[in-house]
Amino acid sequence: MPAKKTAKKADIKDLVIRVCVGTGGLAAGSQEVMDEFGSQLKSHGIKAEIVKKCVNKTGCRGFCAKDVLADVILNDKSETYQLLTPEMVSRIVEEHIVNGSPVKEWLVGPEYHAFHDKQTKILLKQCGHIDPEDIDAYIKIGGYEGARKIFSLEPSEVIEEIRASGLRGRGGAGFLTGLKWELCSKAEGSPKYIICNADEGDPGAFMDRSVIEGNPHSVIEGMVIGGYAIGANYGYVYIRAEYPLAIQRLKIAISDARKKGFLGENIFKTKFDFDIKIKEGAGAFICGEETALIASIEGKRGMPRAKPPFPAHKGLWGKPTVINNVETLSTLPTIITQGAKWFSSIGTEKSKGTKVFAITGKIKNTGLIEVPMGMSLREIVYDIGGGCEKNCALKAVQTGGPSGGCIPASHIDMPVDYESLMAIGSMMGSGGMVVMDDTTCMVDMAKFFLSFTQNESCGKCTPCRIGTKRMLEILTRITNGKGREGDIELLLELGNSIKLTSLCGLGMSAPNPVLSTIRFFRDEYEAHIRDGICPAAVCKALRIYTVSVELCKMCGKCFKACPSAAIAWEKKQPAKIDKGKCIKCGACYEACPFNAIL
Amino acid sequence: MKHARLMQYCSEYWEEALSENKIKITINGIETLCDRDDTILKVAKKIGVKIPHLCNDKRLEPYGGCRLCIVEVKGVPRPLPACTTPATENMEIITDNDSIRKLRANLIELLLSNHPNDCMRCERTGDCKLQNLSYEYGVDGSRFEGEKWDLPIREDNPFISYEPNKCILCGRCTRICNEVVMAGTIELTGRGFNSMPDTAFKKPRTLENCEFCGQCVSTCPTGALTDRKGRGKGRSYDLKKIKTTCSYCGTGCNFYLNVRDGKVVKVTSDTDAPVNQGNLCIKGRYGYDFIHSEDRIKTPLIKIGDKFVEAAWDEALDLIAEKFSSLMKKHGNESVGAFSSSRCTNEENFLLSKFVRTVFRSNNVDNCARV
Ligand SMILES: Cc1cc2nc3c(=O)[nH]c(=O)nc-3n(C[C@H](O)[C@H](O)[C@H](O)COP(=O)(O)O)c2cc1C
Ligand code: SF4
Ligand code: SF4
Repeated sequence: MPAKKTAKKADIKDLVIRVCVGTGGLAAGSQEVMDEFGSQLKSHGIKAEIVKKCVNKTGCRGFCAKDVLADVILNDKSETYQLLTPEMVSRIVEEHIVNGSPVKEWLVGPEYHAFHDKQTKILLKQCGHIDPEDIDAYIKIGGYEGARKIFSLEPSEVIEEIRASGLRGRGGAGFLTGLKWELCSKAEGSPKYIICNADEGDPGAFMDRSVIEGNPHSVIEGMVIGGYAIGANYGYVYIRAEYPLAIQRLKIAISDARKKGFLGENIFKTKFDFDIKIKEGAGAFICGEETALIASIEGKRGMPRAKPPFPAHKGLWGKPTVINNVETLSTLPTIITQGAKWFSSIGTEKSKGTKVFAITGKIKNTGLIEVPMGMSLREIVYDIGGGCEKNCALKAVQTGGPSGGCIPASHIDMPVDYESLMAIGSMMGSGGMVVMDDTTCMVDMAKFFLSFTQNESCGKCTPCRIGTKRMLEILTRITNGKGREGDIELLLELGNSIKLTSLCGLGMSAPNPVLSTIRFFRDEYEAHIRDGICPAAVCKALRIYTVSVELCKMCGKCFKACPSAAIAWEKKQPAKIDKGKCIKCGACYEACPFNAIL
Repeated sequence: MKHARLMQYCSEYWEEALSENKIKITINGIETLCDRDDTILKVAKKIGVKIPHLCNDKRLEPYGGCRLCIVEVKGVPRPLPACTTPATENMEIITDNDSIRKLRANLIELLLSNHPNDCMRCERTGDCKLQNLSYEYGVDGSRFEGEKWDLPIREDNPFISYEPNKCILCGRCTRICNEVVMAGTIELTGRGFNSMPDTAFKKPRTLENCEFCGQCVSTCPTGALTDRKGRGKGRSYDLKKIKTTCSYCGTGCNFYLNVRDGKVVKVTSDTDAPVNQGNLCIKGRYGYDFIHSEDRIKTPLIKIGDKFVEAAWDEALDLIAEKFSSLMKKHGNESVGAFSSSRCTNEENFLLSKFVRTVFRSNNVDNCARV
């Protein structure tokens, strides 16, 4: 026994446990896992304050499919566990921490390494490593060096550096950040404002959330840099109230930064004042649009207005304002410390640096990734994402969320950057990437995105408010088997006219999912309309349920499940479905244990 | 010679204009000068080029909601709304061509696809911008069948009728309520297809939340908001419009009394009125019942004993003159004076004060306005 005891005491100094406590991790139970590590260590006689020091929480490291993830770093040797539950902790403590031999079968596998190895992490580098609620942890890895450095430069030199880096806004439109800053810095009016756009309303997107939850100080530092460059003494973070953890961590970070003199008056002991306020939004997608966002901060209904005047000239309270996305802002500190040259060496000619994507859908490794601009879609989907779930065939990838379009599998080798995506009728958007395999119906998918934009339209302008509704109705009738000849043409006509006449980016891009699926998958639309078939067998109304006589084991489960008495069955007889009575609810399909309902 | 002088005049005109920081733009081939930041719509109107629109009202900030005023600008890949786009140097604009007309027709179709289209019995028939556009562009909403609003007419107050089904979401009512009246009674509510102007929590309009100025009615381009008191009493083309000055206070707002068969059935705005540009308060817009009241005093009354007796104007004026003269003779000029009503016009008040000072030779003159 004494041998074990000494080993424990000696090792504990060098022990670090990092548990992924982002929103995804929390949902998977990471808080419980973390608590369990604490109490297990304590039960091994380790003092509470030491436990507190060595069990750390971190933000999301991206590989959400394998949450809860935790690193156990013992004597500088790091091992990562995946899919943890509290019950597994005692064995890890006993075997790995106390006895020094990791629990091999619970460690991450090759897909974890494949997932990370192809990525280039600039902005997500520290998410998953540092404790987001500890400002010293951020400072230790070089945090706030960028902010410190800019004060030895003129604001115009800072702008020039960002211009030279080629950084483009990550909020969707890809406007050159340096140029936007220059316009604002030259605009007349004071005070000026800098706003961090953390509204992030795209379905399936959680890049900004993860950055704030995992490394809130990088956003604050970015805002300090931007504020100094354009001459703004006030910053706002507009963040949706549905992000409570991000808000909480941001609040802690802001108050810690104030205590250190990084925010407030005379920051970094200079003559420059800068402070940040948080404005919680009520979760409207349209409030991510910059002019609607400004209206919302001003206490008005969040509706876009016409540009010009651009916010850089007339923004919040009519004053010159820069609005930047979370990702854009948190990239800034690294550009300042490592230099524009270094940053612009990553990516393509016109799209510099890295981009964070949230990959979801029918893909093995769902999660958050950061890759250099211009990486091929194939590398993202197959090398990082691990290909489609259940080894189904890839059909298409939707980028840019509800404003984007779908890219068919035949274009899998295209590079992912602003221009290439635009050329194919999609867009970068904020970085959502939904992978679809041959079990996805493209008409149904387009309908999903359009119903989102229709619901989120602010209602201000005619084409978006009524036009998207009419398009949605046409898509609904197609998926219900009531499509008509001419519907595709009507969709194209409406879609193009909505794109041309809408006031803001929401309406201008809302038809994209429909137009791009018609462009690449017109045959699927036609199959629905002309043949009454949904090739992916998704649209229930178009299904014709039949019983396979070969597979039917005559158990009668379908007969009992049918709410419409459409199934005839007797003992020792295969079931039979009466098409006339069938209401296509799919209850028999679900009920059959032998997959005999086709 | 003449031509040379004309040319010189022209070039001087251009120079002078340009020196005042005017800019040159071209609309449908017509060159014109305008101020920097004038909107395309404003300039077009000035030179007589018509651009259709539904959400614009000169009393309000440009909005850009209905999108009907889209025009082509050379070098810009998409059409721009004339109402919100500022003119810039050398801009070349086309306000009407096949592709613009097609886009506009699409927009009108969409509006009509969520409209009851019951012009037959609508209050606004003949005076409805939507109806006119439908006629001009030759479209209805039938290509885009689908859900239509089916909401009940709201007559929860004595003055304003609201038929949401006829609303085209131009936002004029909500903007006039917030930008001009600053009452904040209504605002757009809901999202997407279900956005509509309404009061907070859909509460009825009462004196607690509404001024009942009817400004929203005055700006509504369709039959969605109408004056309840005038409903069913005649459409615009049945009514004789008589311009008058409001008799309630000295501000001097103008409006039209809408008269049918010798009866005032409603009041409508005169947006060209110099004093009020079509804006009115509850009294001016809805306080006209007194005109046809049974109790209205139509002749002077002379008090005989403790009873008022009807008299002719001459008789009454003679009596007044005689009484004033005798009072002044007996007690001096300072013993009399005049007190006028704020319901009189400024001019009438001025005349009275002149009269008191020059005829009575007294400075005792005052007015009831004590706000
Ligand atoms: C409908 C709509 C929603 C948007 N939502 C967001 C959002 O959630 N976050 C964001 O950063 N930008 C969003 N944008 C883009 C912003 O308007 C703006 O371009 C961006 O915040 C500018 O920052 P950047 O230059 O750093 O990209 C949205 C735009 C539109 C039209
Ligand atoms: S395009 Fe849609 S979201 Fe944008 S202003 Fe028009 S109605 Fe509102
Ligand atoms: S009620 Fe009339 S003014 Fe108000 S939004 Fe509707 S159509 Fe426009």
